[in-house]
Amino acid sequence: MIKIETPLTIDKVKCLKAGDEVLITGTMYTLRDAGHMRVIEQINKDEKLPFDMKNSIIYYVGPSPAKLGAVIGSAGPTTSYRMDEFTPALLELGLKGMIGKGARNKEVIQSMVKNTAVYFGAVGGAAALLASCIKSSEIIAYEDLGPEALRKLYVEDFPVIVVIDSLGKNIYEIEKEKYKIVE
Amino acid sequence: MIEKSFDHIRSVNLSKIIEAIKEMTISANYNLNNDIRSSLKKSIEIEESKTGINIINQLLTNADIASNQKMPICQDTGMAVFFVEIGQNVHIINDIKNSNNIIKGTLEEGINEGVRQGYTEGYLRKSVVNDPFERINTGDNTPAIIHYDIIAGDSLKISFAPKGFGSENMSRIYMIKPGDGIEGAKKVILEAIDAAGPNACPPMVIGIGIGGSFEKAAILAKKALFRSINESSKIPYVKDLEEELLQKANNLGIGPQGMGGRITVLGINILTYPTHIAGLPVAINISCHATRHAEVNL
Ligand code: SF4
Repeated sequence: MIKIETPLTIDKVKCLKAGDEVLITGTMYTLRDAGHMRVIEQINKDEKLPFDMKNSIIYYVGPSPAKLGAVIGSAGPTTSYRMDEFTPALLELGLKGMIGKGARNKEVIQSMVKNTAVYFGAVGGAAALLASCIKSSEIIAYEDLGPEALRKLYVEDFPVIVVIDSLGKNIYEIEKEKYKIVE
Repeated sequence: MIEKSFDHIRSVNLSKIIEAIKEMTISANYNLNNDIRSSLKKSIEIEESKTGINIINQLLTNADIASNQKMPICQDTGMAVFFVEIGQNVHIINDIKNSNNIIKGTLEEGINEGVRQGYTEGYLRKSVVNDPFERINTGDNTPAIIHYDIIAGDSLKISFAPKGFGSENMSRIYMIKPGDGIEGAKKVILEAIDAAGPNACPPMVIGIGIGGSFEKAAILAKKALFRSINESSKIPYVKDLEEELLQKANNLGIGPQGMGGRITVLGINILTYPTHIAGLPVAINISCHATRHAEVNL
């Protein structure tokens, strides 16, 4: 098990290899479908973004509402491919890590290699467990989007697995072949 | 002489339906069903991938945290899907007065009101938007998707499943040719499961509808997800098909969360229906390890 702290600098990204199990401590930002569209709109209009993309981590999640006194509700990853069309633009601005679940397209992987970034998988559906690693949560933009609002999270030992590393090595493809039984 | 039938008509109050729906939406989201839990436990013995075993253990811990802390197993508390079996001798009484949401006193309004209350009071995520393109969140997870079966008698059974869309998006319907036969059906089913891969939060649960028409097959596939994964089809050849497909799906190598392994699918449930001489519809409704359902008899 590898432990890393944010900010996610290039040196840290380079040490991570596909298949590594990692615990993240530090800051990350939540963004999913509608939030990505807002960010892209702001980039196109040359507006200042709600957070600095450089060395940041985005977590694709739309949490359930927090009960009174709780930091956040259940908060597992959503499927990442829906963000693919928006991702290269964010990688160009210095985004270094993404947390989600499921496959990414060729363009995203190429841009990850070019910009030295990493794609982590969190366990989809382990939403109550993942929520217990989130120590603070604050909405910093797009509040009208409800579950899709942009939140700044502080997490401790947040468990993820490196799915695609900065060399473009993809654990989904490699491991599946190992276990495949052809009749 | 005219024969008159004086069938017994049973009345059910709308308020009772609303209350039952509210409780059902909350408990189904907080508690992992026993069939899934025991299947996950068993799968640890079979799984060979270390990462896979870690993931399954995380899912079991997650289920414990969720039920102890009374919070949703998964943040995607779904679109609320219902199958309602209503006896034709049931009369629904509107005993709700002064409500903005109950105007006509219909069963549908009652179900939606139960969803509204359950998703609000249970701190469940509201994931429904008003229109496919305008996409404004309705704020209370309504409207629900409701399927009705009108049956004989005076019973009223309501089954509920919150359906997450990570896996829903990977569902497929194929209109194959009668000549493609059962081998053709197997091929497209395995193709759909393979394509779903890591996107649908494996280990998955698969509901399949074969036969009927385009929409009937899809509804059967959804309905199949409401059956426990411990139960098999009562039709012998369908039961064999379920078992064969389960084995073949687990040979795909996808594994827990797509990270490789033996456990890709926990259960496959198939429902069949008569169909047209020219057709063979096959609908595959993909679901995940967070396949939740509950039912109530009123
Ligand atoms: S696919 Fe299932 S487990 Fe995964 S996020 Fe959706 S509802 Fe949750």
